[in-house]
Amino acid sequence: MSDLNSAMTERYHNSFLREVEANVEEGEWVKMCMQCGVCAGSCPLGNAWEHTPQKLFMMIRAGKREAVLSSDSMWMCTSCYNCIARCPRGLPITHIMHGLAHYAKRLGLAPKNQPTAQFSQIFWDNLMKKGRVNELKLGLSVYFKDGFGQGIKNALANKQLGQNMMKAKRMNAMEFFGGHSIKDTSGLQKMIKKAQEIEDAKIQGNS
Amino acid sequence: MSDEKKFAGYICTGCGIGERLDSSQLEMIATREGKMQSCKQHAMLCSSEGVQMIRDDIGSEGASHIMIAACSRRAKVEAFNFPEVAMTRANLREGVIWVRPDAPEHQETTQEMADDYIRMACAELRSLKLPHASGEQSLNKTILVVGGGITGMTAALESAAAGYPVHIVEKQGALGGQAADYAKAIPTRSPYKEPRDTGVAEMIAAIEANGLITVHLNSTVAKTAGAPGRFNVDIATESGAVSNETFGAIIQATGFKLYDPSNLPQYGYSSSPDIVTNAELEKLVKAADGGPIKRPSDGKEVKAVAFVQNVGQSSSEEGQLPYHSGIGDLIAIKQAMYFKDRNNDCDTTILFNNLRTPGAAGEDFYRAGQEKMITFSKGQVSEVVPGDSLEVKFQDLILDEETSMQADLVVLDVGMMPNSGPDPYAVPIVIDEKAEAASETPRAPTVTVDSILNLDYRQGSDLPHLKNGFTDSHFICFPYETRRTGIYAAGPLRRPMDMRQAQDDAAGAAMKAIQAAENAGKGMAAHPRAGDLSFPSFRMDGCTQCKRCTVECPFGAINEDEKGYPMFNESRCRRCGTCMGACPVRVISFENYSVESVNQQIKNVEVPEEFDEKPRILVLACENDAYPALDQAGMNGVEINPWARVIPVRCLGSVSLSWITDSLNSGYDGIVLMGCAKGDDYQCHFVRGSAMAHERMDKVGDTLSSLNLEPERVVVYEVAITDIERAPKLINDMAETVEKIGLSPFKF
Repeated sequence: MSDLNSAMTERYHNSFLREVEANVEEGEWVKMCMQCGVCAGSCPLGNAWEHTPQKLFMMIRAGKREAVLSSDSMWMCTSCYNCIARCPRGLPITHIMHGLAHYAKRLGLAPKNQPTAQFSQIFWDNLMKKGRVNELKLGLSVYFKDGFGQGIKNALANKQLGQNMMKAKRMNAMEFFGGHSIKDTSGLQKMIKKAQEIEDAKIQGNS
Repeated sequence: MSDEKKFAGYICTGCGIGERLDSSQLEMIATREGKMQSCKQHAMLCSSEGVQMIRDDIGSEGASHIMIAACSRRAKVEAFNFPEVAMTRANLREGVIWVRPDAPEHQETTQEMADDYIRMACAELRSLKLPHASGEQSLNKTILVVGGGITGMTAALESAAAGYPVHIVEKQGALGGQAADYAKAIPTRSPYKEPRDTGVAEMIAAIEANGLITVHLNSTVAKTAGAPGRFNVDIATESGAVSNETFGAIIQATGFKLYDPSNLPQYGYSSSPDIVTNAELEKLVKAADGGPIKRPSDGKEVKAVAFVQNVGQSSSEEGQLPYHSGIGDLIAIKQAMYFKDRNNDCDTTILFNNLRTPGAAGEDFYRAGQEKMITFSKGQVSEVVPGDSLEVKFQDLILDEETSMQADLVVLDVGMMPNSGPDPYAVPIVIDEKAEAASETPRAPTVTVDSILNLDYRQGSDLPHLKNGFTDSHFICFPYETRRTGIYAAGPLRRPMDMRQAQDDAAGAAMKAIQAAENAGKGMAAHPRAGDLSFPSFRMDGCTQCKRCTVECPFGAINEDEKGYPMFNESRCRRCGTCMGACPVRVISFENYSVESVNQQIKNVEVPEEFDEKPRILVLACENDAYPALDQAGMNGVEINPWARVIPVRCLGSVSLSWITDSLNSGYDGIVLMGCAKGDDYQCHFVRGSAMAHERMDKVGDTLSSLNLEPERVVVYEVAITDIERAPKLINDMAETVEKIGLSPFKF
């Protein structure tokens, strides 16, 4: 991954804006931002972000590659779509945020131990095994992501919730062993693999 | 028609006038007190039947002076249009029945109001003459355009297209002005995405091919004498030869100069040839002729360019421009496109604080720039450091940090300064406290130039300025008019503007110049009293040669002869009557408006004796704004106190102090003067009239104290045409004041 990062750095040496335009989903919109700040004012989690979308766009134009890609701000987006609804220039800001997060992850620059980034990885791994999400295992993986002791604590804290779900037949303890899968898991995995190859070829071509 | 005067009165009983008022009493007043030789009533005077009745009287009975008692003089002007006779209007509708409640207890005072308006109209009529043009007028259709830039060329082409011969006087050796050096211009047509051709070459070709246009290159205006219709102009060429031409009207289109950024050392303009102004960049681009743009120092192709916006503009600091030119950011977008269109990898950054992209093209052109990957950074530039690679230091206002960028070329967005010639009123003629306070704020730098028009006028050589060197005009109503009748300003000497706006401006000024020349040919006023044939005349044996009229005329219409007597150039005159109001010996008058015509109205109001407890309030209302506001009040049913008697005046500047003293002496209890707003953002249709009136009325206090009267009996207000509620309230307030301080002791 860091190879890709250095290749990208080499190719777009001083124009991070061009790099974003070519590689980030909806990245071609970044140049159209007119710095009005409506997105920053509209974001319900704006206070919790280090960089508002407005600032991220300005940083992209100012060539602050490292700061943008290692920022945890785009990982904080809850996809409420307030910014998209309000942007006077019609920028798909939510999608750009996810695009930036995805690109940072690909380059290996996403912040380590960022909770939403970790959750996304766990979700993906879980999904890829059987072609569908095993909720029991997903929950347990999240509980135990920070170690066994913390996992037990998390599980006990949510004990009542788990019992209630089992009573209501919303969760089956037997899913822990194997669990359901789709009809053709290996077929799905092949499809995904192929898609990743296409994606990689595209980004390698850009690099 | 014989010279004998025959007075006829007409009373309309329509629109409720007949029901609310005793019209037979009005008729009796008109004939007995008003001395109308005949007086007729009609149920709808403005109908074709009513109008025909008046026409018949003029035609067969020889009526030469008619008094129409109906609606306001501002209503039904098409119906009551009898240019062959002298006419007055008694405002019974908007002025009386519509501002008074319809109730038995108000009947008496309402009738008294109407009675007085009949007396006033009859009295005014008896002192009027039918105005005739003086015979001084002459028709000259040739237009002089001073300046051969985009504005001047457009004005010339527009005038010629209307069939009027034009002379262009251009100081340089070629037409085109500043725009001749521009590579491209801001787009004016949808989709507003690409810079357009300037069109200068086509315009020059069109002018050369036009038989109606004569071009004087390398020439200046050495002397301008005369008046609209007969401007006598000496055109001097560089070689020293002088030719003399006469013109009907003049358009000044002398454009602008750019602010000199070497006054601001932080931008390093003088320290590196690679730091250029926006105008200098145009020359670089034009020199590149479609090829790569090279920087001046070493001829290296420019790979990174920074545009520093708002240099020395919208600043409160000494030596900088207090205003913003408005178009600098559009220019920067256009110029950044020069680089992007040649080399898409060229790093173009526009450092702005407030990006202004006005006009139809504005937003679309901004987006087009963004689509071309021009970088827009909100940043305040603190310093440009010269060197092989220029360093631009700036505060990033979004990321809130001090930072810098490298560039091969730095372009400074400098503002436009009007090239308008020296201000005749640079030293204010009347010094008041406010003017002194204003002089403490730093003065904007202005272009220091020699006179452009060299007017042979009593009041200075060039067009008066408003501020910052821009020429004065009534910005809302008459933007092209200047304070010199028949001379029109167009383009950036009125305000900063782009080429498109300058062309619109030029077309407007051309039309006004044509109108001025035509009106001058008929002896009519230009604006706002367009069509008025009257002109000021004076009684020489009474004149004390005090020169107040020549000094105070806002339009420089009056020269002085060698003995110091005023010389009224009637076609320069706007018919405001400011001279009449200025004259301390009351020798200046118009045929249809004079000290006497208003004085007669004041005197013929019946002032009841003190124990009647019916005060009288004189309202002198400007006919341009205050009087229409009062009419509107009538239409909206806003009540006006029944003690008020309103007399419209041409301008508050025409108000003679004698009206004030005479009315106080004859027992009026209060006087309300209503004029337009004065000052920098004035609304006065005659520019200085309202301001002059306010200054003169400051001295009324002495008169009042000499009469032992309370100072609050005379008030002066600025009233706008929209003050429909406020104008009546000001009158009603005076009624309350009178009630509080008591009636005037001067009732006999």
